[in-house]
Amino acid sequence: MDSFVILCFAVVNSVALLALISLGLAVIFGMMRVINFAHGEFIMLGGYATVIANHCGVNLWLSMLVVAPMFVALIGAVAERLIVRRLYGHLVTTMLATWGLSLFLIGAVTAIFGNTTMGVSAPLGNIPIGAYSIGAYQLFLIGITALLVVSSLLALHWTKYGLIARAAMQNSEMAATLGINCDRVYAVTFIVGAAISGLAGALLAPISGVLPHMGAAYVARAFVTVISGGGALITGFLSAATILGPVEALLSYFATPVVGQASLLLLAVIILRLLPTGVSSLWTGGR
Amino acid sequence: MMRQVKHALFPVALVLFAALGPFVLEPYDLVNLSAFSAMAIAALGLAFVWGTLGILNLGHSVFFGLGAYAYAIAVSNLGDSTLAVLIGIAMPVAFSLVLGYFLFFSRLGDVYLGVITLCVTLIFYSFMTSTADPSFHIGPVPLGGFNGITAVPSLNMPGDPQAFLSTEATFSICLLSLAGAYILLSFLRSSDAGRIMTAIRESELRSELLGYDIRFYKLVGFAVSAAIAGLGGALYTAVMGYVSPNVFDLPQASQFVLWVIAGGLGAFVGPVVASFGFQLLSSQLGANQVFNTELIFGATIILFVMLVPQGLQPMLLGLSSLKFPNRFGILRRKEKPA
Repeated sequence: MDSFVILCFAVVNSVALLALISLGLAVIFGMMRVINFAHGEFIMLGGYATVIANHCGVNLWLSMLVVAPMFVALIGAVAERLIVRRLYGHLVTTMLATWGLSLFLIGAVTAIFGNTTMGVSAPLGNIPIGAYSIGAYQLFLIGITALLVVSSLLALHWTKYGLIARAAMQNSEMAATLGINCDRVYAVTFIVGAAISGLAGALLAPISGVLPHMGAAYVARAFVTVISGGGALITGFLSAATILGPVEALLSYFATPVVGQASLLLLAVIILRLLPTGVSSLWTGGR
Repeated sequence: MMRQVKHALFPVALVLFAALGPFVLEPYDLVNLSAFSAMAIAALGLAFVWGTLGILNLGHSVFFGLGAYAYAIAVSNLGDSTLAVLIGIAMPVAFSLVLGYFLFFSRLGDVYLGVITLCVTLIFYSFMTSTADPSFHIGPVPLGGFNGITAVPSLNMPGDPQAFLSTEATFSICLLSLAGAYILLSFLRSSDAGRIMTAIRESELRSELLGYDIRFYKLVGFAVSAAIAGLGGALYTAVMGYVSPNVFDLPQASQFVLWVIAGGLGAFVGPVVASFGFQLLSSQLGANQVFNTELIFGATIILFVMLVPQGLQPMLLGLSSLKFPNRFGILRRKEKPA
């Protein structure tokens, strides 16, 4: 019984982790149809911002929930202004440029902080379940991920900005004709996506520690989740995370984490073979 | 006639270098240059599949790495290196056919294709780093996890595992293989099939309406690039004497892409020259420890993509003869919806 609860927890945790690391990427992809290859490095920078702020005496929660997203949003704004904006419409070129940015950021952080792991200790202690125990912080992570996903859904469907964003996403020319500044919408979306990635990195920092190459551990899963989700902004990647997460969790539990990750990729490739524009094409009609 | 002479210039230069190099260069330089040309061979594979066929394969390193591992395992098991090199070519080809079936027969867009291929190589990286346990072994060869396979025998005379080739001979073989790969791909590009592949790059829809099965041509081109990359990987392992999971990692994948962008998408000479240039640069930087290579390479990728999107070779050609139109380059390519 206890082990069953733990297994269920692992499944939920895995879905939440996938959702957390892909949300920022999904926002940018859904909007601009561009995979931000520097996504992993935005996560990494969020982690570093948290750890550095905390070491400088800022309260841990404050540095996780405020400092890190704001710092990465700033980086995202600079990257958008200098690189991404100049390449709008050139999907492949944008991807390559963000890949260059990704390497550049890894190199810069390595040059400044060195190739060593830094960390903060996970707060909140453990909750015992029979013979096992689970980290309360992980419960907190699941909760905050759910909160993030729900609030982005609400923001997209219930606010004026969400309406404008969806209009620009659906038909940018028509939106521009109606007086919407699409470049600005794209810029804001990119910055919001960066901020969410930064927050994800901040939340992961207590669990995994931070080092310059930490992004690589997450990007493959985030990329796969987002593209097998397809075009629908939030529901797409969420459904992909719900399909892929349990598979990864169960196979990681019964085999090894690497088998879990490999099967996640394999499943995504099979999904794309059957539904080439992602899971969400089932209800958006392949758009 | 002049055009044929011009085309032959580059492979002839390589062959001359292969013949004369051992007499002028130090053994240390010979080993370095052998490794560089093994890498350049793999870069040619990407230059072909991306530049000629328009397949955005960001995970080209997976074929390079598979070739490297296949050679290491085969040569340690069999002893004979000729067969091992062939296995190093066959493994990536087999894998590319399976992967290509899923990718091309689902008609994925560029963005999806690039991401999936990159993820494949990252997964291989995680898998290979997790094989430290001695239970992961093929024959007597442990996969070795993060340390990889060490003490891999170098090239030997065909059929005689004890007769190891000298540094000079290995150097010549590597450069001759590079010239061979260049000639093979050039012929393939100017053959009928190659022209259809170029047509597919320019417009998939139009080629398909003309009756060509674009999925088939893409699969074949993908397999050819995998074979070339596998040859590069096998030679690289033979020269270096070890292989580690780093052949699959992100910096490795980005290097191939960087060389092709810098050399010029659609060109062959440019990527080879660029690969030699950047490898020299990175070995210098690595020796000096002033800047780390990722910083430099990242900045270089950004600069090339934004300022010289067509790459060096087309740019230089364009400067020397103004009638040469800007035919190549990433910006030139039609965008497909993702």
